[in-house]
This record gives sequence, structure tokens and C-alpha cells, in this order.
Amino acid sequence: MINSSLMVLVLSQAVTYGTPILFAALGELLAERSGVLNLGVEGMMLVGAVMGFWAVQRAPGPGSLVLVLAVLTAAFAGALMGLIHAFLVVTLRASQIVSGLALTIFAGGLGLSSYLGNDLGLADVPPKYQLGQINVFGLKNVSVVGPILFNQSALVYASWALTIAVALYLSRTRFGLNVRAVGESPGAADAMGINIAVYRYAHVLGGGALAGVGGACFSLSITPGWTAGDSLVGGAGWIAIALVIFSFWRAELCLVGAYLFGALSGGLPAAIQAHNYKAIPTFFKTPEFLNALPYLTTVIVLVIIASGWAKRRLGAPAALGIPYVREER
Amino acid sequence: MRKRKHLLVGVVMLLAVAALALATSVSAKQASVFKVAWIYPGPHNDGGWSQAHDAGRLYVQKMLGSKVQTTYKENVFSNASVPQIVAGLVRDGYQMIFATSFGMLELGVNGQLWKKYPKVLFEQATGQQIEKNQSEYFGAAEDTIYLSGMAAGAATKKGVVGYVAAFGIPEVVRHTNAFTLGVQATHPGAKVKLLWTNSWFSPPKETSAAQNLVAAGADVLGQNVDSPAAGVYAEKHGIPWAGYDSNAQKFAPKQWLTASVYNWGQYYLSRVKAAMAGTWKPGFYYGSIKDGFTALAPYGPSVSAKTKALIAAKEKAIEAGTFNEFCGPVYDQAGKLRIPKGKCLDPRTPSGINALYSMQWLVKGVIGSVSHVPPPG
Repeated sequence: MINSSLMVLVLSQAVTYGTPILFAALGELLAERSGVLNLGVEGMMLVGAVMGFWAVQRAPGPGSLVLVLAVLTAAFAGALMGLIHAFLVVTLRASQIVSGLALTIFAGGLGLSSYLGNDLGLADVPPKYQLGQINVFGLKNVSVVGPILFNQSALVYASWALTIAVALYLSRTRFGLNVRAVGESPGAADAMGINIAVYRYAHVLGGGALAGVGGACFSLSITPGWTAGDSLVGGAGWIAIALVIFSFWRAELCLVGAYLFGALSGGLPAAIQAHNYKAIPTFFKTPEFLNALPYLTTVIVLVIIASGWAKRRLGAPAALGIPYVREER
Repeated sequence: MRKRKHLLVGVVMLLAVAALALATSVSAKQASVFKVAWIYPGPHNDGGWSQAHDAGRLYVQKMLGSKVQTTYKENVFSNASVPQIVAGLVRDGYQMIFATSFGMLELGVNGQLWKKYPKVLFEQATGQQIEKNQSEYFGAAEDTIYLSGMAAGAATKKGVVGYVAAFGIPEVVRHTNAFTLGVQATHPGAKVKLLWTNSWFSPPKETSAAQNLVAAGADVLGQNVDSPAAGVYAEKHGIPWAGYDSNAQKFAPKQWLTASVYNWGQYYLSRVKAAMAGTWKPGFYYGSIKDGFTALAPYGPSVSAKTKALIAAKEKAIEAGTFNEFCGPVYDQAGKLRIPKGKCLDPRTPSGINALYSMQWLVKGVIGSVSHVPPPG
């Protein structure tokens, strides 16, 4: 049974645990392509997670409908969080870094998300419904690819469609071209008649919605339920922000990177411990080393990216992080 | 203009008087109410460890009513933030502080807090540092964990039980060993696969741990972590599950076996009462089944009458003092005899408690290893 091998297990969990990171990273990608850096991803994810779970517990109707509603609620909640950031940095032209950090602290584990969850009575409650794995085309047991690709939750398949949509949107549509113009040179875009504020608002809100869905991946599917504090999302939002840089602001590379980090933060540490392979030296099996892997990888990738070759092809939006003021053009 | 100035001075003076009156009335009120605080490592409603302590706090509040004022600080994941939290509580007039996790009042700066606030009564769960104004308390959960292990052993068909554990500290190692011995009591030769999450409370890590233990061959799950995430996973995938530190049956109505649970309320009430009466003395409390401090949660539907009878008999023997799971011969993973025949690790003796509180070896049948890293603090 190759399907119970370590490799297949780790890869299938890489997809599972990479999906919330992918949603959040695609959202951050949209915002950054329009020139707005949003460090509030972790907070937006936590709010999405709690509101998604709230909808699952309280919305009436059949299970599948409730789950769709829950994902939409999480998206809406994330978008509302994005609205706070957009208002501060687009309308009031506040510092994007400060506003984003403030958003994460405000909405985070010690703030709004915990308040909402406790106030709505969502802690210590078993989930009414959860997004389970789908046996796509009955291919669940096919060697290797079955468990990895054809036995995941609906959100995973949605994230694939979304990756393609975002990639095509940015590269093939007029709107996408406009977004890139806004992110690269808002002055020129403004002269072309593009409404900078509208574009930035739309993409920060859209990014917030996707971060909300990313949070809901945890509370509806990966570990159904809600708990106070920030351990539910556990830093996935921060990884998503780093991932946008690693992927050179390209949607398709986000997918690859998300699964790499999904493997490192989700399946790999547990799988290596559970299988206790003799061939792996003890040091590499210690939970301390395994838990440090995502961060070690971040450091290594940052070093590679900072090298000259990568820098030339990096492609960061030129106006990223800079508030647009027409008079200062 | 001049008149205005007089008015302003008058208002300021009036405010000052009002503030003074308010301050004295507050301090007068404080004198009659005894203020007690708790510090939890997780959320107060985590469905596990912290929630069990909070139930104890609510019990104290209910029994003593308006004579006490209680509060809690939750989500204290890092012991490094404890000195700040204690400073805040002392400033707010709290006279007694229960710190509910190891290291909160032990090691480094945390171990000096009793000296810094000599008028405050400190109590720490699961540690060993006793001072003139600091007590230690915990209970022989290993006994009830052994019993929950018996339920898990009876449930396993393949003879492999997965165990999700937090940190490789003596407390968790002791519990893991007791659980394994319990599993082997009802399923001789069974193995317990151990997986560390390095976190007391992390639903995603616990889910992933459960998933990987099952993939690695476990057909029953047990845990020494605080969230019910593994139970949610177990219920969905039809894996019997033994919880820890709270009755979490609602998360896995079908697959729930049982769990070792704590009743902190009685102890808290007696300590707060003693503190209020001025009879509080530092000490080391180690509760047991007999005291009602540790207990077994209600069984799930799949536990057979035969298993229940076996467990009930062992529970009686433990209560009567005729059985102790850490009585020799007990071998470690390498096959070395750790507790010789005729010897027991008795928590009522100093040498017994020291051996239990410094356990860093795993019994035969545990698959996994213990790393020697203390929890963050």
C-alpha cells in the first residue's frame, strides 16, 4: 500500500494544511498588486474563522447550504476587516505597516476574534457540520495521486479554481492590467483615468475576504470547531505574507509555496514522529527541530531571494506601501 | 475672567474631594472582600485543562459568594509574561494567586515572585517549589490515566494506541507511562505510539497528530493535551478516543471512552477559606481518587460492561492503597529494569514523589522518545 507511505501522507497533508495559507496568500497578492501591503492577514483570518464557525452553528437549513453560507460569512467578515485597513491607508493615507499590524492586534487572539467567539458562545461547542473530504470521481484510492489530489475538502478545489482565476485576472484582463498599473505607478494610472482609490479599496476588501475564507478552512474543515486565542490559525497569516514575496507576486507560485509550507507546518512534523523512521537521525526527529522547520525554510528562502539573481526578477509592485496623493505626483 | 478662575479652582477642588471619597470607599470595600486570582495557560473555555480550573474558581465564587472576588488571566502561553501579570494582579489588590501551570512560579525570575510580594499567597499547580508564602498542588492523575488507559487497551484491536502528548516534561512522561501500563493491563503486549505537539493547546497540531498516528497504525487514540481536536477527528473517522482533564464526550459522542478528570474546586475552596481565616500554611498537596481530586469521566457507549468491571475493581484497589501502577517490575523501552519487584513509587513518600516528578524514561511498549526540553518559560 503505497498510499499509506510517509511521502503520500505528507503530501496529502501538505495540500490540506497549505490551503488556508493559499487563500490568504492570494488575497494578500491582490492587495499588494494594487499597491497596498496588509500585515493584518493573521487577524483577518482569525475573524473569518470565528464568524464562519458561528454561521455553521447558527444558520438554519440543510448542512451543505449552511456550509456554503458559513464560507460566505467568513469572507464577508474578512472583507469588513479589510475595509478598516482600506479606510485607514487609502482614504486617510495612514502608514500601511502600522495599520496592518494594528489590525492584527485588534482582531487577533487577544482581541476582537476572541471577544466575538466568547460573546457568541462558540467555545467548547462541538461542530454541527464540517467540510469533509470529497471522494472526487471515486478516485480516492488511486495510487499516490488519489489521497493527495482526489480526497480533499471542497475548499481545496475552490482554491485551485481561485488560483487560476487570479492568475488569469492579473495577466489577461483589462481590470487586472489596471490593478498592476495602480500598484506599479499610480500616478500614470491616475492620468489614464483609473480611479486609484476604488481599485485599492476593491482589492484590499477582496483580499480580506480571501483571508477570511482561509481562516474558515481551519474552523470548518481542518480542525472543526473554535477556540479562543490565536492557536487556531497559529501563524498561517504571517506565512501567507511571506509567501507572497517568495512567489514573486505570482498566483501560480503561491500554490507551490503554500503546499511547501503546508507540509512543513502541518503534516511533516507529525508524520516523521509517528513513523519514527530508523533511517532518520534522532536530531531530525525531535519535535523542536520539526516545529522550527517552517521558520528555517523562511530564512533560507529569504537568503536566496535576497541574492542578486532573484532580485533582478523579483517583480515587487513599485508603489507597494506608498500612499497615493494626487497632488504629490 | 477672575470669577471664572475661581470657578475653575472650585471645580478642581470638588473633583479632588470626590476622588478622595471614592478612593477611600473603594479601599474600605476591598478590606472586606478577599481577592483571589487564577492564571491559566489556555483560554478559560478551552474544553480542557484551563476550563477545569475555571470550574474550580466558579465553585469558590459560588460557595463564598460576596465574601470573595475572583478573576482570571487566560491564554498565558508563555511563562515569561507571568511576572508582569502577577505585578498587575498585586497592584489591583489580589491577595492570593493560583498559577495553574508548571514554571509560572518556578525557575528564573518566576521562582522569585514569592520574595518580591511577601504579603501575597501563591499556589502553583504541578510544580515543586515551596516557600513561606508559596504552596504546590496537583494530584495523582497517573492513577486515573492508568484507568483510562485500560479502557483504551480494551478498545484496541491491533494493539496499537496513539497518544498525543504536549511536552517531554516529567509530568507528561509519567502520565504517558501510566496510560501505557493501563493499556497493557487490558491488552497485554500492546504498543503506545507517542507524538509530541510541543504545545499544551493547539487544535491544528493535535488534529494533525491524531491523523498521523492513525495513519501509522493506531486504532485507538489517547491524549495529554488540552483541546478536544483529536476527539473531533476521532469521531469523524470512527476511532475510539480517551480524552484528558475534562469530560469532552460531546465532541465525540460515539467514540468517547472516558478520561481522567480533575476536580480542583474542593482544594481551591479549602485553601481560600484557610487564607481568609489566617490559617493558610505552605505545603505540598497531592490529591487522589480517594480525596475526590481525580476521577474518571463517565464512560462512552462503546465501553463494555466487562471493561467497566475491570476498571472499577482497579479503581477500588487504588483507593484502598493495595494497587499502584508504578509497582515493580517495570521495564523501560530498552528493557532495563527501572522499578524492581517489590518496590513502588509511592507519592506519599518524598523519594516516591521525587521519582515521579523527575521521570524522564518511557516504559516498555511506548514507541517514541522523550526530548529533554522544558516547556517555554
